[in-house]
Amino acid sequence: MSRLPVGGLIDRARPLAFTFDGTLYRGHEGDTLASALLANDVRLVGRSFKYHRPRGIFSAGVEEPNALVELRSGARREPNSRATVAELYDGLEAASQNRWPSLDHDLLSINGLLSPFLGAGFYYKTFMWPAALWEKFYEPVIRRAAGLGRAADEADPDHYEKLTTFCDVLIIGAGPAGLMAALAAGRAGARVILADEDFLPGGRLNAEALEVDGMAGAAFAARLRAELDSLPNVRVMTRTTVFGVYDAGTYGALERVADHLPTPGPFQPRQRLWRIVATRAVLAAGATERPIVFGGNDRPGVMLAGAVRAYANRFGVATGTSTVVFATNDDAWRGAFEAQRAGARVTTIVDVRREVAPALTREAGALGIRTLLDGRITGTKGKLLTHVDVIANGRRERFATETLAVSGGWSPSVHLTCHHGGKPVWNEALAAFVPGTCPPGLEVAGAAAGTFSLGGALREGRTLGAKAAADVGHTSPMIEAPKAQDTPGAATAFWHVAESVGPAFVDLQNDVTAKDVSIAHREGFRSVEHLKRYTTLGMATDQGRTSNVTGLAIMASLTGQGIAETGTTIFRPPYTPVSLGALAGHHRGKDFRPVRLTPTHEWARAQGAVFIETGAWLRAQYFPRPGEKDWLESVSREVTAVRAAVGLIDVSTFGKIDLQGPDVGAFLDRVYINGFAQLGVGKARYGVMLREDGMVMDDGTTARLSPEHYVMTTTTVNAAKVYQHLEFCLQVLWPELDVTIASVSDQWAQIALAGPRARDVLARIVDAGVDVSNEGLPFMGAIEGAVMGGVPARLFRLSFSGELGYEIAVPARHGAALADALMTAGAAFGITPYGIEALGVLRIEKGHVSGNELTGQTTAGDLGMGRMASTKKDYIGRVMAARPGLTDPDRPSFIGFRPVDPAQRLRAGAHFLTPGAVASVENDEGYMSSVAYSPHLGHWIGLGFLKNGPSRIGERVRAYDPVRGNDFEVEVCSPGFIDPEGERLRG
Amino acid sequence: MRIPCPYCGARDAHEFAYLGDATLTRPDPAAPDAEGRFFDYVYQRTNPAGAHEEWWYHAQGCRQWVKVARDTRTHAIGGATLARDGAATSGDPA
Ligand SMILES: [Zn+2]
Repeated sequence: MSRLPVGGLIDRARPLAFTFDGTLYRGHEGDTLASALLANDVRLVGRSFKYHRPRGIFSAGVEEPNALVELRSGARREPNSRATVAELYDGLEAASQNRWPSLDHDLLSINGLLSPFLGAGFYYKTFMWPAALWEKFYEPVIRRAAGLGRAADEADPDHYEKLTTFCDVLIIGAGPAGLMAALAAGRAGARVILADEDFLPGGRLNAEALEVDGMAGAAFAARLRAELDSLPNVRVMTRTTVFGVYDAGTYGALERVADHLPTPGPFQPRQRLWRIVATRAVLAAGATERPIVFGGNDRPGVMLAGAVRAYANRFGVATGTSTVVFATNDDAWRGAFEAQRAGARVTTIVDVRREVAPALTREAGALGIRTLLDGRITGTKGKLLTHVDVIANGRRERFATETLAVSGGWSPSVHLTCHHGGKPVWNEALAAFVPGTCPPGLEVAGAAAGTFSLGGALREGRTLGAKAAADVGHTSPMIEAPKAQDTPGAATAFWHVAESVGPAFVDLQNDVTAKDVSIAHREGFRSVEHLKRYTTLGMATDQGRTSNVTGLAIMASLTGQGIAETGTTIFRPPYTPVSLGALAGHHRGKDFRPVRLTPTHEWARAQGAVFIETGAWLRAQYFPRPGEKDWLESVSREVTAVRAAVGLIDVSTFGKIDLQGPDVGAFLDRVYINGFAQLGVGKARYGVMLREDGMVMDDGTTARLSPEHYVMTTTTVNAAKVYQHLEFCLQVLWPELDVTIASVSDQWAQIALAGPRARDVLARIVDAGVDVSNEGLPFMGAIEGAVMGGVPARLFRLSFSGELGYEIAVPARHGAALADALMTAGAAFGITPYGIEALGVLRIEKGHVSGNELTGQTTAGDLGMGRMASTKKDYIGRVMAARPGLTDPDRPSFIGFRPVDPAQRLRAGAHFLTPGAVASVENDEGYMSSVAYSPHLGHWIGLGFLKNGPSRIGERVRAYDPVRGNDFEVEVCSPGFIDPEGERLRG
Repeated sequence: MRIPCPYCGARDAHEFAYLGDATLTRPDPAAPDAEGRFFDYVYQRTNPAGAHEEWWYHAQGCRQWVKVARDTRTHAIGGATLARDGAATSGDPA
């Protein structure tokens, strides 16, 4: 066991059991999976992506490139989880990935021997030709060999929430700078959210053994957290990653609510996706340590120095029985001293610099650590690290060691500062990229800004927290910054050991080596964006956190340009991966979008309706009865019942728009192609409206209830679009018109009653004095009157079916009662509920156009309604509809079809050809848009568009449907299959 | 992105429907060259990188058409006026 006997922020009284690749281990509360694995001497945790080289834990944070595992099992299995941030819980299951058959014996590690052939640009060069082989051969092989983890095969059993919240000041990161920023802004009275990705606030205060105000850094962090928790205006969100900066102070954050539990508790989401709207933000995201590139730098046991320090201080774990440090900076020395004091045995510090501060060498000597200046690691040995080769002052040596702690300095976590297009700026003195132009309202404090000393970070956080609060009107006396170590620590820019032996990795996750960078250079892929795409440097799931800067620095040295001139790639959201489940939230499956129910939904269910989704609506499709063998039998019965007696259907889904004012008539004249100004009170009229480009937008009826009061219906699908269009016309085009409109779609239930006995039924539910006789309510009449004993109603005599028909509108809450009343009143006549299938059959028999014909690509002329268009007025779309291409008589236009062989079933989508013509696009003469089996005629009928259709009645054309393998002749006929003279609906 | 609706105050862009260029004027349909002018009105659009005046409809709010001055590169809102009365409001709240 590598667990140190004392120390760390773990709870040693609370042991936790977990498994890795099926073996049972023990850790403690407060561990990550990585710290617990290290405590159990598990040093090999995965295989690399391309070469399948053995890899160990490399870091102690989100930057981890190696230790990616599958967490959990079954439906909750989650691949590519970073062991370094996976919080340990009792019963955690983890498995290594990208190995076969086992982690120890991986057969595909032979890829490593092929590495001379698998270098930069390999995919581009090898697989360009022949293209056909890619899909069949290369891709499957590569997918098997180049492994990421396996996603779960089953649906995710957990649920995810999406929330929005608001604050004055958002602090991102709860390290020393973030905690002080939150304290300063919180004490000033601002509404503060402090978000931190870790489960334990404190950041590097927990990972390092530095003192603040005379107490341990971790204790100081705990004290600040306690005070923040006590402030009602401050909210501390742990396990919460702010992953993106969006417009106008909107931040995306992911809260891992239950990732640290075996399963979420009752009613608990797994994760929450937050939209945080903040007036000001302070980014205190800290910094990420950079490795150094040298031969064999990927061997398990090579780790970031800051990680070795964190495992010792925070988790009480020695990462190996002995440790060598390889560094370019003072901070790594302090880490080595802390690790040594904590009990991890540090034998040697190798530093690339020729000189360091004498105090450092003195302290190293006092702790018994050997120091080698002007030194470099040139190679490593062992499947798990056993030895390192060093060259120092020109002398070569080999040491035995299990851990090699590497530090090439620190890169500020500037990612979020780039989300509005800002570019990081190279700072020569810090040897680091620091934030450039930040998103509006966001400032950067602490290590993220390049302020690397603890004292500096505390001060800067305090100052920017107070400033952010003052910006939103909360000023208060500046609080005193706590006292802490204030030496920033010297660092030297050093990237790559030239004397390296063996592959020297830049990007550990994508297996990109220093040699690959030089190949990219040699072949001309020298800009950072080309380098990235040609070598795949920085394109793995770790987004190149430990490799980007090093890779471009090596490129800069090859081109001879400075790093500033070479520039860096841009960071885009998300900062760390966000699960698709969280982005989807509750919008999955049937909950993908809200479902709208008609006022008669429960009534229809009681009638045995089968429902179907039409847009957002759930509507009754048909009402099967016992003994009916299929939907067609039920639908035909419903159609026949309407034609023979009477039926009813809910048409509440139509858009309903109330129009009032003295200019409504003039307004309707401008939006419909036909005239409305002369429409009398108590009358309704069918109208067609165009888009300004001349195509039909929608159709429907508008009734005039009183001189200045009209009500319009639209099709179900276009309800919102038409309303928006009318508002545009009124507010933007013709504000001089005195018209006010309101959507009343949801306020009115509307039921259509159709069939020869419709009037008999209606007469039984209207109140006394409401005259529904042919004289009192003639065809296309519209009156107001009460029904069912005092329920206000609007009665329209309209017909979509070709039968005597009415539409009865009542306040929505009376919809179900109206349906019941009609059923009762119609029982003696055999009243039959019908669904939208029968509605479709009835309208096709009558030859009415519907959604299948109103495609947005058809003109009024195409639909056979060209003569409706008024020539006495202007209206939306009139000028453009007159274009030659839209008035060409050769355009396919609306007509009916019947099969020559009555047994044939017509299919919508079939294209029309002259018999004998080759089936080609050139010979295409139109297509079938709607079909139905007509119980009235006893065969299938169709509507569609045919070139010169109306002049070809009686002609035979070929209905060609290669998709379904149909090819037979149909006869062109009038679209009015039933009662073409319209006697029934006027009766 | 938030749009300062003159009627409702600053509201999230999700509440609005977008139409586009607000500098266009519907041509006189009686003009002799009406067809050409309507063609431009319906189809011809510039796609500026920078300042843009555009129509947004507050579909999930007051149902007013709002003329919004937006920078297409930064989404900075320069101001918003109601189509109907041209009342000006303040700019970007951020
Ligand atoms: Zn509004």
